[in-house]
Amino acid sequence: MGAILKREIGSYFNSAIAYIVMAVFFGFSGYFFVGTCFINNLKSLSYTFSNMFFVIVFIIPIITMKTFSEEKKQRTDQALFTSPASLFDIVMGKFLGAFVLYAICCMIFVVYGLVISIFTPADWTVILCNLFGILLLGAALIAIDVFISALTESQVVAAVVGMAVGLVVYLMTTIISMVDVEWIKNVLTAISFTNYYSGFTYGILDLSGIVFFVSVTAMFIFFTIRLFERKRWS
Amino acid sequence: MVEVRNLTKRYGSTKAVDNISFTVNTGEVLGFLGPNGAGKSTTMNMITGYISSTEGTITVDGTDILDNPAKVKKLIGYLPELPPLYVDMSVRKYLEFMFELKKVKLPKREHIDEVMRLVKITDVQDRIIKHLSKGYRQRVGFAQALLGNPPVLILDEPTVGLDPQQIIEIRKLIKSLGKKHTVIFSSHVLSEISATCDRIIVISKGKIVADAKKEELSTAVSGEQKLNLDIEGSQNTVLDALKVIPGVKKIRRTMDLGSSAARYIVEYNTGIDIRKDVFRAIAAADCVILNMQSGNETLEDSFLKLVTEDQTQEV
Repeated sequence: MGAILKREIGSYFNSAIAYIVMAVFFGFSGYFFVGTCFINNLKSLSYTFSNMFFVIVFIIPIITMKTFSEEKKQRTDQALFTSPASLFDIVMGKFLGAFVLYAICCMIFVVYGLVISIFTPADWTVILCNLFGILLLGAALIAIDVFISALTESQVVAAVVGMAVGLVVYLMTTIISMVDVEWIKNVLTAISFTNYYSGFTYGILDLSGIVFFVSVTAMFIFFTIRLFERKRWS
Repeated sequence: MVEVRNLTKRYGSTKAVDNISFTVNTGEVLGFLGPNGAGKSTTMNMITGYISSTEGTITVDGTDILDNPAKVKKLIGYLPELPPLYVDMSVRKYLEFMFELKKVKLPKREHIDEVMRLVKITDVQDRIIKHLSKGYRQRVGFAQALLGNPPVLILDEPTVGLDPQQIIEIRKLIKSLGKKHTVIFSSHVLSEISATCDRIIVISKGKIVADAKKEELSTAVSGEQKLNLDIEGSQNTVLDALKVIPGVKKIRRTMDLGSSAARYIVEYNTGIDIRKDVFRAIAAADCVILNMQSGNETLEDSFLKLVTEDQTQEV
């Protein structure tokens, strides 16, 4: 796992991807930070965090699009799958590589907290709770998008499908309001990312939210492993 | 060292590999020969654990690949048809990554230096793989397979895309590696296989059609020996003289060479040498042998015969 993780991070930072992703992330989060906290004279970062959900829906597929699709296209997956590394190691290495880049992006919120603390004592529990929430949300989306990348040989397909899935997840609240059937409504509410995520943006360390995001992450990592296993056996 | 038994791979209703069995002993260089699409790569992918078999077992050094894939994979160095290179890395960085991925337990720097020396890529070690020529890329792929000194090397068409000079170098390298490693390597080019291998397995349409030592292959397939003769003398005298030689099965006159000379092809039983008898018989008949040549089928002929035959011929 270590070797793959190291290579993944190296490949992000040796290409433009890491820098573009970080620039976009910092740009948009800065815009929301200035727009909510500075213009309205607020000390709460909650709006900045909840707005970032929409941005990461587009950023995460860019980070993950090449994780497996490019391996398949370049046939480097042959090196991975004929090495003594287990499928779990391979998938976890890829997942963690993407997550580390994402986590580095998220560290900008600590900087915003420090900026606020220049003017007024910042509410660090709320900020850290928010940070924790956005990391969990990101982990779940990364796991989903890594799975999507494993389904195709094309980076573009992986990115577009990843964004589409992300948008559905983001718009779930709107979709729920359009559904009339009660049980479908209940099911969709139970899997709505926004529901679980909003708790964190208010500064609540919600156990059901933690369990939900961790489960989604674990589930899609498991799906990815199963996908490769199945492919080898078919 | 490597034992393959009743190996089958089915894709839907088509059989890419159909019930093949063979054993490769330690220190043997085995050539895997067959036309494109015969199932060579599929077989190699199964031995290396990249894809699974539909039926059959593969054991390497006594361990079944299904029982302990990690252990078996550690014993094998694999160079696939397209070398699995991360083109955005430098040669050294790539080899370091593969070294760690393979969990090799040797001194890292020294071992990578040694492997690079062996395949002659030391001078490009800091270049990005993307910018390397096909020949160099192939050699980086080769280096990757050699990391950790695995006892079994599986090379899928290792000389494709190389220039003649490089091909000769790679052949030499394979030969020298064969002294310490068990090597299985595939090619659809016959001269390649005959230049490097001790043993040849010919595979066609997913089946093994021949498995023999290099020298045995041509005689084993044709079943008899041939002699090409250019003889001066009248046709009847020559035929009468040749006919009575023990072991001769068939004589054909193929070509008129002018001034009462002609070319004859004599087929005779395997296991005997009739050249001396032919010489004496023709001399006794007062004719002259202008040219005598052993006309055994070349490996090329045997190969074509094998892969175009509909029926499987067990050798």
